[in-house]
Amino acid sequence: MLNLFGVLFDGLAYGTLLFLISVGLSITLGLMRFINLAHGVFAMTGGYLLVILMAHAGIGFVAALPIVFCVTALASLVLEHTLYRPVYKRTPLDQVLITVGIVFIAIASANFAFGPGQQPVQLPAALKGQLDAFGLELSRYRLFLMAVGAAITLALVFGLERTRMGAMIRASVDNRRTAQSMGIRVDRVFQITFAIGSGLAGLGGALGVNVLGLDPYFSLKYLVYFLLVVVVGGPGSVIGTLLAALLLGVADTAGKYYVPQLGAFVIYAAMIVLLLLFPHGLLGRRYAR
Amino acid sequence: MKKLMLCGVFALVAGQAFAAADTIKVGVVAEMSGTFADFGLQMTNGAKAYMKQHGDSVGGRKIELIIKDSTGPAPEVARRLAQELVVKDHVDFLAGFGLTPNAFAVAPIATEAKKPTIIMNAATSAITVKSPYIARVSFTLAQVTEPMAQWAYKSGLRKIYTVVADYGPGHDAEQTFKKAFTRLGGEVLGELRVPLKNPEFGPFVQRVKDSKPQAVFVFVPAGELAVGFMKAYEERGLAKAGIKLLSTGDVTDDAVIDALGDSALGVISTHQYSAAHPSPENTAFLAAYRQVDAKTRPNFMAVGGYDGMAAIYEVVRQLKGNVDGDKAMQLLKGMKLTSPRGPIQIDAATRDIVQNVYVREVKRVDGKLYNVEFESINAVKDPGK
Repeated sequence: MLNLFGVLFDGLAYGTLLFLISVGLSITLGLMRFINLAHGVFAMTGGYLLVILMAHAGIGFVAALPIVFCVTALASLVLEHTLYRPVYKRTPLDQVLITVGIVFIAIASANFAFGPGQQPVQLPAALKGQLDAFGLELSRYRLFLMAVGAAITLALVFGLERTRMGAMIRASVDNRRTAQSMGIRVDRVFQITFAIGSGLAGLGGALGVNVLGLDPYFSLKYLVYFLLVVVVGGPGSVIGTLLAALLLGVADTAGKYYVPQLGAFVIYAAMIVLLLLFPHGLLGRRYAR
Repeated sequence: MKKLMLCGVFALVAGQAFAAADTIKVGVVAEMSGTFADFGLQMTNGAKAYMKQHGDSVGGRKIELIIKDSTGPAPEVARRLAQELVVKDHVDFLAGFGLTPNAFAVAPIATEAKKPTIIMNAATSAITVKSPYIARVSFTLAQVTEPMAQWAYKSGLRKIYTVVADYGPGHDAEQTFKKAFTRLGGEVLGELRVPLKNPEFGPFVQRVKDSKPQAVFVFVPAGELAVGFMKAYEERGLAKAGIKLLSTGDVTDDAVIDALGDSALGVISTHQYSAAHPSPENTAFLAAYRQVDAKTRPNFMAVGGYDGMAAIYEVVRQLKGNVDGDKAMQLLKGMKLTSPRGPIQIDAATRDIVQNVYVREVKRVDGKLYNVEFESINAVKDPGK
C-alpha cells in the first residue's frame, strides 16, 4: 500500500514537470493555432540560463527561477517578432518547417557553446533528499515541483478566466475580427500570450534540469512528451493539459515500477487509450477549421 | 593562356598524387554529432593529443587524420563512410568506433580491403571476432565487469541488485556480473533493464530500494543515463539506506563526474583508466590533451584514441613507412605499449586488449572529483572469449 502512495506521489510530481513545460505549447497551439515545434528550445534555454546564473553569476537556485522566466519570455518575444510573425498565416507545413529548423539551429548552438555533455546543477540543501511523512519517504524536490505547479495552474486559470487580459485573449481567439473591431490589439495580445507560454517553458526547463537532465538535444528528445501531453489534454485548455500531464506522469511512473520489462512503453499505451476515448483531448476545444 | 592553365592543373594533380604517396592516412569513423557527440569528441581529441605530443610524422611519413561523422549508432552510415575512406581517400588505417553497431558494420570492409582497423572505444566482446583485421585498444565490458563482481564478494557483499541499460553491452554486463558473482556464492536479488532513452530513473531506483539489497551494480553508457541514475540514487536516499553503489567506470566517467556532484562520492567502480592514475605517461597525456582542448576533461575514450594512434605510429615506424595490411596486423598482434592507464598489450591470439583493471573510489582531490584507484588486478584478458 505504501508503495502505491509512493508511486502516485512520484507520478504526480513528474506530471507536474511535464505540465509546466507543455502548458505554453498548449496555449500557443490552442489559442494561436500556431504549430510551434521549437517550444522545447525555450525549455532548453531556461535550463542553460539556470546553469549559467548559478555557476557564473552565483545566484541561488530559487532566486534564479523568476529571472529565468523573465529572460526566456523576453527572448521569445525577439524570436516571435523576427521569425514567427511572417508565418502565422502560412500553412501548418511552413510553420512546422521553420520551427523544426529553429530546433536544429538551437541544438547546434548549444553544442557549440556548452559542449555535448550533461550540465550539472546543485540544488540548495533544503530541496535535497527525502522527507519522512507518515512512513512515506517523499522527495523534497518533488514536493517543491508540485507546489510550483499548483501555484502556476491557479495563476493561469485565474488570469484567463477572471482578468481583463484573459478576457481579451479569449475574445481574440474566438473571433479575431470582432475583437479587432472592438479595439483590442490582437497582435499585442498574442505576443504577450506567446511570451508567457515561452517563459513558463523556460521555467519548466530550469526546474527539469534536476530530473530530466540537460544537454543540447533536450528540445528534440522531449518533444514527443510535450506533444503527447498537449494532444491528450486538448490544445488550448490549461486544466486539460494539467490533467493529461498528471495522468501520463502517473502511468509512466507506475509502469516503470510495476512492470519494468515494459519500461518506457506504458506512457504511449496510455496515450493510445486516452485518445481513443477522447479524440479531441480530455478537455479539448472543438474548434472548426 | 589555355596551355598555361592546363599546365597549372597538371601540376596540381601531380602535386596531390605526390602528397598522397607521402602521407599515411588514418580514416577515423566516430560519433561527432548527435547524442553520442562526446564519444567522437573524446576519441578524436585523444588521437590529436598523441600527434601533438609526438609530432605528425613517423618513419619518414606524415600522418594525416581524416575524421568522418557516423552521427550516432548508425551502422549503415558507418559502413558507407568506411567504404568512402577506403575507395576515395585511400586510407591506410581505419580507426575510431565509439559504438558497437558501427564497428560490426565496418568489419566486412576491413576484411575485404585488408585495412588494419583500430577499435578505440566500442566494448562488445565479439567485435574482434568479426574480422582478422580488427585490433582493439579500448576495453571489453566483460573485462571490467568481472573484477567488480569479484571485489564485491571479497568485500563481504552477498546480496546485489543489477541495473543495466537495455542493449547489447548492457546484457553482456548483466550476464557477466551474475555469472561471476553467483559462482563465488553471492546472490543476485533482481535484474532491471532500463530503456536507452529514459528520462526518469526514479521508479526504477525505488524498486531497487524496496527490495533492500546490500548493493546495486549499475552499467549504463557514460553520459546522460549515468547522470540520470546518480540523481535518482541521491534523491531516493539509497546511500542512507545502506545500499552501496557499484559500477563499471562508465557511470563515474571522468568527463561527467563533475556533473554528478557530491552524490558520486564513495561510489566504487572498476575500469581501466582514471585521470587520477599516477604515472608520468598520464601526466604527459593530460598536458597534451589540454593543448588540444582545454574545455573538456579527457576520459577513457580519449585514452582509447591516444593509444590507438600510439599503435598506428608503432606500426608505421617498424614498417618504415610502407604500410601493408597483413604486415601491420602481424605487428599489432602481441604489441606492448605503455599507456596513460598503465601497461597494455594486444593479445596475439584474439587481437583484443589485455590490461590492468583498477578498483576505484570517487573522492575529492584538489577540489575536483576523481576516481582514485586503490586496488589493481593485473593483465586481465577479456573473459568473454
